[in-house]
Amino acid sequence: MLALDRIGKVYPNGVNALERFSADIRLGEIVAIIGGSGCGKSTLLRAIAGLDRATTGTVTLDDIKVTAPHAKIGIIFQEPRLLPWLSVADNIGFGLSDLPANIRREKVAAALARVGLSDKAGAWPRELSGGQAQRVAIARALVPQPEVLLLDEPFSALDAFTRRDLQDHLLDLWADTRPTLLLVTHDVDEAVVLADRVLVMRPRPGRLFEEIKINLARPRDRASPHFDNFKRRVLTALDRSLDRGVPDADAKSTTGEAMWW
Amino acid sequence: MAMTLDTIAAPKPDTIATPAPSGRLRRYARPALGLLLPVGLALGWEIAVGLGWSNGRLVPPPSKLFATIVELARSGELTRHIVATLSRVFAGFGLGVVAGTLLGAVSGYWGLARQLLDPTVQALRAIPSIAWVPLFILWLGIFETSKIALIAVGVFFPVYLGVMGAILSVDRKIVEVGRTFRLSGPAMIRRILLPAVLPAYVVSLRVGLGLGWMFVVAAEFMGASEGLGYLLIDGQQLGKPAQILAAIAIFAILGKTTDWLIEIATAPLLRWQDAFGRQGGAT
Ligand SMILES: Nc1ncnc2c1ncn2[C@@H]1O[C@H](COP(=O)(O)OP(=O)(O)O)[C@@H](O)[C@H]1O
Ligand SMILES: [Mg+2]
Repeated sequence: MLALDRIGKVYPNGVNALERFSADIRLGEIVAIIGGSGCGKSTLLRAIAGLDRATTGTVTLDDIKVTAPHAKIGIIFQEPRLLPWLSVADNIGFGLSDLPANIRREKVAAALARVGLSDKAGAWPRELSGGQAQRVAIARALVPQPEVLLLDEPFSALDAFTRRDLQDHLLDLWADTRPTLLLVTHDVDEAVVLADRVLVMRPRPGRLFEEIKINLARPRDRASPHFDNFKRRVLTALDRSLDRGVPDADAKSTTGEAMWW
Repeated sequence: MAMTLDTIAAPKPDTIATPAPSGRLRRYARPALGLLLPVGLALGWEIAVGLGWSNGRLVPPPSKLFATIVELARSGELTRHIVATLSRVFAGFGLGVVAGTLLGAVSGYWGLARQLLDPTVQALRAIPSIAWVPLFILWLGIFETSKIALIAVGVFFPVYLGVMGAILSVDRKIVEVGRTFRLSGPAMIRRILLPAVLPAYVVSLRVGLGLGWMFVVAAEFMGASEGLGYLLIDGQQLGKPAQILAAIAIFAILGKTTDWLIEIATAPLLRWQDAFGRQGGAT
């Protein structure tokens, strides 16, 4: 279990980016974090990844306190961040350098096949499209079999069609080993299609605002009325999260739905 | 020599006449394009002198130049001078590269070392390197050591700056990838920093080598009994412009060749690069 206990972050320049964020996330759960820009989502993820130190609070994974990058926690960023001097295959195998070469090769080949890029094994990262590069990044993060995979707006730089494709793909890959997924997004559709639970955050300072359980069986039909219903609930929560000083949900404009971010 | 002649001779008729596969065209036409201007100028001058438009005394025609080189080569003089100059450049370049790489890497990697070291190095860099000559001669004597020291100083600065700048500008996002995979310090250097700085490092080596060639001339001007720089001075004192031009031509050939050697030696390591220049720039 990933336990986040009252995590807070004040940057050296005095920005209070995150305050008292707590959540318990079961192994294998998919949690989406959604919220306006600047409400501390990346800050939170970087603290969990051990890339930045939280000012207050603790991250514990299976009763072990996380303060630095952890073998069981992987992260995928908005950009693929592939190493341009390594081939696609070597990028995927980057985190497996402790393994003997033949096992590494096998795992990399399996991962390549799994993300549908076997024919690109020897290609350079610059020869990939944005969607392909992000698939390589996903494979690279998943191949060491992390228990927790953090994703910081992983698909937001892609076009809508590729994004959908990768969302389905991510679910597919998740089903293989069922790691915990903690996904930051600003796409309501994405949150509802992927997550068991959506955490809505509010800004200044970043805080947890509301939690919405998505009780929908997978695979989810994006066109179903239930799906729409959950989407509406998330949007409403988002709207309220930005309506500072007006905590109740009654008075509300429809334009806000489109403008929340 | 033979190679340049080949490349001039080969492409002229057939690449233009037949629409050859573009690979072949690229292999021959590119160097040929670069040779067009110098060869054209040389031919023009040769003809001008041949027709008597100029006596070619101060600027001897290419044929005279060539004859001078052949003559020097036949007596064994040429080899002696080239070896002397080349060994000075190599020794100075080697020392400068080692020192520049080490100090540049230290300054780039450790903030504290940079704060300690960099201001001093930058202050020293502001001194024109030739200004060291009298001091080097006093300290190290008139012979090889002072010459090599001067060349090394010239090579040191671009390499130092190149390495430090390259390390400082390594993308933080890529470094974070290394951190998420929990690379140790040495692994981070080997697997992330080294490959990331390599392109800029190669550039700084090439700039450094260029300066090495520049300073070897200065070094040989300060009193040498052999070397291409000596040929220059000797040609001036004895009024032999053909010898001066011959030495200059050999400098050009050697400089270009050594630069090209660095380029081809490092090319396999830089195949991954996705840069404007690799496609030949704008056409
Ligand atoms: N390195 C940093 N130094 C100072 N302030 C930062 C830094 N990173 C983020 N912030 C600030 O912290 C707040 C939260 O940022 P971030 O976590 O990136 O938001 P989000 O990912 O939700 O858009 C913002 O106000 C941002 O300006
Ligand atoms: Mg962010």
